[in-house]
Amino acid sequence: MAEELATIAEVRSALAEAGYLADESASLVSFLAVRLGKPVLVEGPAGVGKTELAKALARATGRKLIRLQCYEGLDEAKALYEWNYRKQLLRIQVEASEAGWERVQEDIFSEDFLLTRPLLEAIAHPEPVVLLIDEIDKTDQEFEAMLLEVLSDFQVSIPELGVVEAKSRPLVLLTSNNSRELTEALKRRCLYLWLDYPDVERELEIVRLHSPELPEELARKLVEIVHMVRSLDLKKPPSIAESVDWARALLLLGADDIDRSVLERTMSIIVKHRSDLEVVADRVGVKLTDGLVGRQQAG
Amino acid sequence: MASSGGSRPAEGALYGGFPEPGPPGFAARVLEFAEELRREGMSVGTSELLDAFSALEHVSWTRREDFREALAATLAKSQEDRRVFELLFDRFFFRAVERRAVERGLRERRFEGAGRLDFDSLRDRVRQAIRAGGDGELQDLARLAIAAFDRQGEGSGVIGVDVQRIRRALGLKGQREAAPLPDPDSVPQERLKQFERHLRRELERRLIERTRSLPPAKPLNELDRALPTGAMQDLAAVHRVVAQLKRRLATRGHEQRGRRSGAAVDVRRTMRASLETGGVPLRLKHRPRRPRRPELYVLCDVSTSVTSASVFFLSVLHALHDNFRKLRSFVFVERISEVTEVFERERSFEAVSRAIAADAGVADVSGYTDYGRVWLEFLGKVIDDLDPRSTVIVLGDARTNGREPHAAAFARIAEHAGRMFWMNPEPRLYWNYGDSVMSAYAPFCDGVFECWTTKQLETFVNALADLRVPSRA
Repeated sequence: MAEELATIAEVRSALAEAGYLADESASLVSFLAVRLGKPVLVEGPAGVGKTELAKALARATGRKLIRLQCYEGLDEAKALYEWNYRKQLLRIQVEASEAGWERVQEDIFSEDFLLTRPLLEAIAHPEPVVLLIDEIDKTDQEFEAMLLEVLSDFQVSIPELGVVEAKSRPLVLLTSNNSRELTEALKRRCLYLWLDYPDVERELEIVRLHSPELPEELARKLVEIVHMVRSLDLKKPPSIAESVDWARALLLLGADDIDRSVLERTMSIIVKHRSDLEVVADRVGVKLTDGLVGRQQAG
Repeated sequence: MASSGGSRPAEGALYGGFPEPGPPGFAARVLEFAEELRREGMSVGTSELLDAFSALEHVSWTRREDFREALAATLAKSQEDRRVFELLFDRFFFRAVERRAVERGLRERRFEGAGRLDFDSLRDRVRQAIRAGGDGELQDLARLAIAAFDRQGEGSGVIGVDVQRIRRALGLKGQREAAPLPDPDSVPQERLKQFERHLRRELERRLIERTRSLPPAKPLNELDRALPTGAMQDLAAVHRVVAQLKRRLATRGHEQRGRRSGAAVDVRRTMRASLETGGVPLRLKHRPRRPRRPELYVLCDVSTSVTSASVFFLSVLHALHDNFRKLRSFVFVERISEVTEVFERERSFEAVSRAIAADAGVADVSGYTDYGRVWLEFLGKVIDDLDPRSTVIVLGDARTNGREPHAAAFARIAEHAGRMFWMNPEPRLYWNYGDSVMSAYAPFCDGVFECWTTKQLETFVNALADLRVPSRA
């Protein structure tokens, strides 16, 4: 539980046990989030493990993970709560004839008829949970404004029921792909963490963690190629998840080296646009035939 | 600790003097630091500061990295802010340490063996350390290099110049990306920068020791603040801003919803509503504002006078094409040519620029821009398609090379189009100097912007996405 995570090093090792290799800043910010009970805003390019961080935190702290996936047009009914009007209607039909209206009205606006959505669920949960609000930048500003009440006071007001206060403080992570500037008000309430692509050594560790059977030398070459690919101008640079997938694919294929033909057969795993594929085949494939990648590493 | 104030050396003023230390203590330092962040335009509010202090309660201030991260997580809330934060953090705490050192009269012990050192023996060690060494080793070697440099007696006294002289004396070269075979003598660019930073720091430290005064803290310049980017990363940044533009256009509509909309009264609906009240129009019905779905016409100058800017502009065009369907683009030098099709056909930016260079056919004889002629040709081509819903954007420097500007033709385009914007890659200061005729065109535009960075592009994006059709003067 959270009480065990008393130092930054402990957070780090707990995350590592949960299968997430956090860097300095990620573990420090997670530590502060646990200690201060403040939400964390995690930004960074797609596929650097923002969502994964939340999942790992849930595993490391032994808390339940509640996830709210944001999308354009997400509203309160989908994020907070909704009245289960079908059930209410049935209730009215059953009881209206016998009981008075007053009683029915009291009845149908009780918790039995409330459909809790992720935000309310996270707050009303008896145990502390990890709440992941994914891709907050996809929603519009009104939704952000609504989040403010939840994030700063950890309460939700329902007109018919009153204010639902948090029984325990959830650990909140918001992720954003930076596709839109978030409001100052939201940022002000959060700790900020920028996750970037890891350096070669750390990504190597991550790849090795996920496919330990892959020989170290091959894994290193793989990571170096992925870094080279990222430095090109691509529509969608490969993410960490994609290098992990690639490592698995190489294992399945039984490849013991990455040469030009292996790259060309398997690069659709790390690059997903047709024009990107051409660029990679062009620029990286050539280097592989010359054996440059291997030599750089040796020298 | 303010005792040193009286013994302030006379030459101090020349180098920016020796600022008053202010109230002692930890909190005061953090507040000073926040003040400095604010001066650089970061919005650090009281609530952020409170967060920072409560975060610092949980983090040991003796571990520099943790201390820095804790402050950054609570104070810097975007990547740009983080960049400014890093620069200021280094500078602020460097200065704080140096101030105390001067106050207490601490001096560093010079490296004793400097007399025997020369660059030849250092050269290999520095190169090794830059490739593989740790930060501490780099710092030590920077000191050694400065000591050796002192002995040669070529110091200019200007820190920036000295750093470059030392780098050259050590024969350090940064790796070039495009090099087919890596030069065995070259070192990774990033690490070289790090070494140079150490050199700069050490030289600064010695200057402070010598003059017993702190140089004035200068505001960061644009170059420092900008995120380190290559040409290709810029392209990505442009794409991001344009994607944002698209989003803004999409979400602006929501923002407007529900607010009492514009001034235009819908007569028909008002009359209809008046039936309820016996024909007395008690309630005015307004016409709802429709979100603008702009039809974009983009004209891009690709002549030599804007060579550096035209790459930027072409990438803007490229990104626009990714995001807008109703977009027609044109490039021009002496003549104008529509390239909408090229952008639709080719996906990658390089292919697009190649195709445009090869067969747009816009340079006639001289290769000089002829804005007047471009307007006339543009009018001839699209005048029938322009309507009040269309937006025309011109990317160019308005340098006509002494030819007739044909402002009347430009005015006619502006008349037919709903909105007209001009993005000029030159700083405002240079407009209307020489052969720039910006003032001839500006009155017909709804907005003129200087635009050569993605930041400025964003300013423009905000203007473009504004739903309000500005009344033209």
